[in-house]
Amino acid sequence: MTKTAALEILGLAKSYPVGFWRKTLKPVLQPLHLTVEEGETFGFLGPNGAGKTTTLKLLMGVVFPTSGSARILGHDFHDPDVKRQVGFLPEQPYFYDYLSAPELLDYYAQLSGVSAADRRKRIPELLERVGLGDVGKTQLRKFSKGMLQRIGIAQAIVHDPQIVFLDEPMSGLDPLGRREMRELIQELKDQGKTVFFSTHILSDAEALCDRVAVIHKGELRGIGVVEDLKSKTNTRTEVVWQGSRALAAVSHLVTEPHATGETIRAVASTEDLDLVLEKLRQQQAQLISVTPLHGTLEDYFLTHISESEKTEA
Amino acid sequence: MNSRLAAITFNTFREAVRDRVLYNLIIFALLLVASAPLFGQISIGLEKLILVNIGLTAISIFGIIIAIFIGIGLVSKEIDKKTLYTILSRPVRRWEFITGKYLGLMMTLVVNAVFMTIGFYLALLVATRTFTRDDASLLVAIYFIILEFFIVTAITLLFSSFSSPIFSAVFAFALFVIGTFAEDLRNFAALAHGVTKWLATGAAWLLPNFAALNVISQVAHSEPVSGQLVLFNTLYALLYSAAATAVAILIFERRNLK
Repeated sequence: MTKTAALEILGLAKSYPVGFWRKTLKPVLQPLHLTVEEGETFGFLGPNGAGKTTTLKLLMGVVFPTSGSARILGHDFHDPDVKRQVGFLPEQPYFYDYLSAPELLDYYAQLSGVSAADRRKRIPELLERVGLGDVGKTQLRKFSKGMLQRIGIAQAIVHDPQIVFLDEPMSGLDPLGRREMRELIQELKDQGKTVFFSTHILSDAEALCDRVAVIHKGELRGIGVVEDLKSKTNTRTEVVWQGSRALAAVSHLVTEPHATGETIRAVASTEDLDLVLEKLRQQQAQLISVTPLHGTLEDYFLTHISESEKTEA
Repeated sequence: MNSRLAAITFNTFREAVRDRVLYNLIIFALLLVASAPLFGQISIGLEKLILVNIGLTAISIFGIIIAIFIGIGLVSKEIDKKTLYTILSRPVRRWEFITGKYLGLMMTLVVNAVFMTIGFYLALLVATRTFTRDDASLLVAIYFIILEFFIVTAITLLFSSFSSPIFSAVFAFALFVIGTFAEDLRNFAALAHGVTKWLATGAAWLLPNFAALNVISQVAHSEPVSGQLVLFNTLYALLYSAAATAVAILIFERRNLK
């Protein structure tokens, strides 16, 4: 039996009319094709204004697509019934500040069709889980930014959804808040939930995601497993050997040479690596290690964005 | 009523009830009603007439102000603060959202009218020392005022489904004022000729008729209100507000909520 994809984005695109007569269409999202498997934690990366929030607004039915469609858990994304299985945390959320945390969660759970008995049981547990067990009847207007983000994630999962969409869940949080949010996402992942989250903080995506997609100026620029993407930026290798005399023979092929007594450490590009190793053998240097220098997701991100910038120019 | 609609209705009501502005308005209205006997002292013998006029007009005007000022923010506030995103990501249909908002505000206005009616009857008791049989017929005028709220709320919601709060407030209030002179517009239509007649007749049918809902001076003079008028006004208010809400839903169903 084939596994149903948790999310299939089938060419979703969005343009907004601009100008005095509103006849010119300005595209904010080019046709986007994307599949997220069940149980996957998927990072949707891009700089501010890349089209991440627009994609999420389209998926949540807040705005309508100019073309294309999407399927969530095998159903049309506008099907109200499938939305019982969807949780969403908007970017920099604001909630009804005249409500207390239990009232807010009760309201949202009711809208998602959770029975009164389940609500009574689940809400105190959930508040405890997000670290808001002691807020009592305090109205949300008295909550700090971090507390609001925690109640935000609580409302997104109060109905125990199968797939959770988080728009910049770490934005505006202090380091402690970010760590707590990471732990919460990790918990969801451990429970087998599908998590789709947009971010421009790459270390978060690197730490949590199975796969990521990079979007820039409304266009998908790359997609893949985090390790694969990182290895694409791996164009350099560190070579360490014994024998300072050999350095002269390879000095034009390596960078950043560093000598500690007879031990030399230098960096060679992947294409020059064979030549460097051959010359070292010829010089009878004793090879100690050859280590590929792993790039970060940030390297991939920056390379990709700047490459596409150059192409456009 | 389905549970989502009930939840939105109750939350809208709860929001209004927890808003301090509402209490300021209610206190102000009750003070006005309570001070009505003082006006009566200026004109001996007309005390009750003035009290009824001022009291019922206060209930109507303050209700309309609350309907418009809360009504204009019902949709726009949820868009501005992005709370609507968390609503629409759930199995909530857009029509349920609009209808729930409408019913929630109506619930607020009815509860508010009940409080002001109690205040009004207390003022009446203080001024006249006794209730007469005619005083019960004042309730018909208050019922008509509530019907007015049905229409004003629906109109405000209609404007706020596609425009800014200020625009919605100005237009809803303008329609309320025009609607109170609906009889004049109908008379003008009857006397006009040609294109003017068609336009005036069209406008008279399209614009809300608040004149028929205003029986304040009639009940103040202890004149009876016919059962037929009660029936027609009830049907008119229900149909008009249902139509305005339906148009608001149609607009909102297609709207991109940027």
